[in-house]
Amino acid sequence: MILEFIAVNFPYLVSVSLLLVGLYAMIVRRNLIKKIMGLNILSTSVFLYLISVAYKEGGAPPIRVSEVEVYVNPLPHALVLTGIVVALALTSFALVLTIKIYKEYGTLDSDKLMDL
Amino acid sequence: MDHSPILVVITPFVGAYLSPLLGLWRERLCHLVAVAAALLSLFFSFRLAGSVLTSGTIRYWVGGWEPPWGIELVVDPLSAFMCLTISLVSLLAVIYSKNFIEKELPGGKITSYYTLILLLIGGMLGVVVTGDLFNLFVMTEIFSIAAYALVAISGKRGSFIGSYRYLILASIGTSLILLGTGYLYIITGTLNMADLSVRLPAFYDSWVVFGALAFLLIGFGIKTALFPLHTWLPGAYSIAPAPVTVIFSAVVSKVGGYSLIRVLFTIFGLEFITDLVPVAPALTWVAAATILVASMFAISQRSLMRMLAYSSVAHIGYVVLGVALAVEMGMTGGILHIFNHALATGCLFFCAGAVIYKTGIRHIDDLRGLGGKIPLTMAAFTLAAASKVGIPPTAGFVSKFYLSLGALEAGEWIFVIVILLASLMTAVFYLRVINLIFFGGDKHEGKVQRDELPLSMLVPIIILALGCAVFGIFVGIPLRLVEPAVMVLSGM
Repeated sequence: MILEFIAVNFPYLVSVSLLLVGLYAMIVRRNLIKKIMGLNILSTSVFLYLISVAYKEGGAPPIRVSEVEVYVNPLPHALVLTGIVVALALTSFALVLTIKIYKEYGTLDSDKLMDL
Repeated sequence: MDHSPILVVITPFVGAYLSPLLGLWRERLCHLVAVAAALLSLFFSFRLAGSVLTSGTIRYWVGGWEPPWGIELVVDPLSAFMCLTISLVSLLAVIYSKNFIEKELPGGKITSYYTLILLLIGGMLGVVVTGDLFNLFVMTEIFSIAAYALVAISGKRGSFIGSYRYLILASIGTSLILLGTGYLYIITGTLNMADLSVRLPAFYDSWVVFGALAFLLIGFGIKTALFPLHTWLPGAYSIAPAPVTVIFSAVVSKVGGYSLIRVLFTIFGLEFITDLVPVAPALTWVAAATILVASMFAISQRSLMRMLAYSSVAHIGYVVLGVALAVEMGMTGGILHIFNHALATGCLFFCAGAVIYKTGIRHIDDLRGLGGKIPLTMAAFTLAAASKVGIPPTAGFVSKFYLSLGALEAGEWIFVIVILLASLMTAVFYLRVINLIFFGGDKHEGKVQRDELPLSMLVPIIILALGCAVFGIFVGIPLRLVEPAVMVLSGM
């Protein structure tokens, strides 16, 4: 029963655990780089969720051919592609900020930075 | 066919592409490009408002692709109202930037400043005209990333940390928005807002819909800076250059509020959020807490910019409170307050920027005697502060009056007390500043010359200050758009 539940919902369970891991890293971790990693894990979990929604058992790639009946839903892929571009911009900007912060304060520990 | 809905968004983006190119050749041209783009956007916003008033909601298919294949832009009275507010404030902020930025941002940052500010404006306008939930997410990200960069652009002490904190918190928000959007997509199979509102009632008892609502609420709640998700705001607002802060406090957080309104009223519908899942009543309490807590923090601030930042958090609370009351008067007050508060807070931050530009003063205690040095600016400050406190006949009084009527109409008299109490607290911290400015003795005898600001800075200040007074008396002008907006939202 439980095994079946896990087997059917496997992608979703992975996605939820990644979401929690990412949130944990962003909130609890003190190193600024690790917070950015957390941000990436968080957005990956959302992408994984969208991709697994799009998947259909035995579905063909969404290019119309006469003998195929079942297609994979292409729209979430387009959403994820856009999301990846956004996440890329966000990550690179956050990393630049981290470099600047390190140059200015000489530390990446968020607790120490708060005291300054 | 009228292409204004797409032109209003595209114009700032085209400006954002042109400005780095022209900046390579002549840095001064960037300012002209930005002013031209903002002016054109304002022109298209007026055209949109005009055609919304005469012929009702505009539906525009980008590239001629009809939904669900293409992206649909929907301009209803609320969108047109937001467009006007955003492009008006942005135009003034861009004009104001000319002298301010040349002094405060040395070292070849002018080109990137104007590019980012145009991206910010374009992204916000995109959010308010779009009719597609995913497009809303993309536009939110566009203006957010521009906003993070603008917080960091000055390179002053603390600006990178302020920007980083803003980035981390806000990107949790946007990730949750994307997740919520995904939830709504899998259960309904559409991303178009109009389609969503038609198909959702069939799934009102589904947990997926509750999850989507929760994720979208928290996501946009962070963007709107509702208590307790407001912690990123004061740091970010007090560090950014003054014209940017004006855009932030006057419109960026309101755009978050706008998205919240869209999700709650257009997608989920009035019945769902008040009766089936009491989200709106819960939001009124969150808003009341935001108002009181932020006002309390504002009293204890010693930096002028931070005080104004907390005060603007409180006023976003008024907007959300009014709308979440979900009665006609309250919603009118809430939406009207978007415009009235944009005028007042814009003017206040412009004045604070002017003080920094002229004297470098950031602390409230150092303001003593400035009333005699830059009298026009300080008079404008006083007028705008009066509007924030809600003294008649300023614009702030009108929207607070509507809000109180709305609270009574909804039978929630406790919120009338909240509004009155918060107004008293607002009076406390603004009167303290005004008292120091005009009657605090002269701290700067001989140090600060008595002369006014450059015209490019003085004109935006005067326009907004006069706006606070004029729109308090001629309330009918903004109400012409606000009343139909309330009608559309509440589905009457």
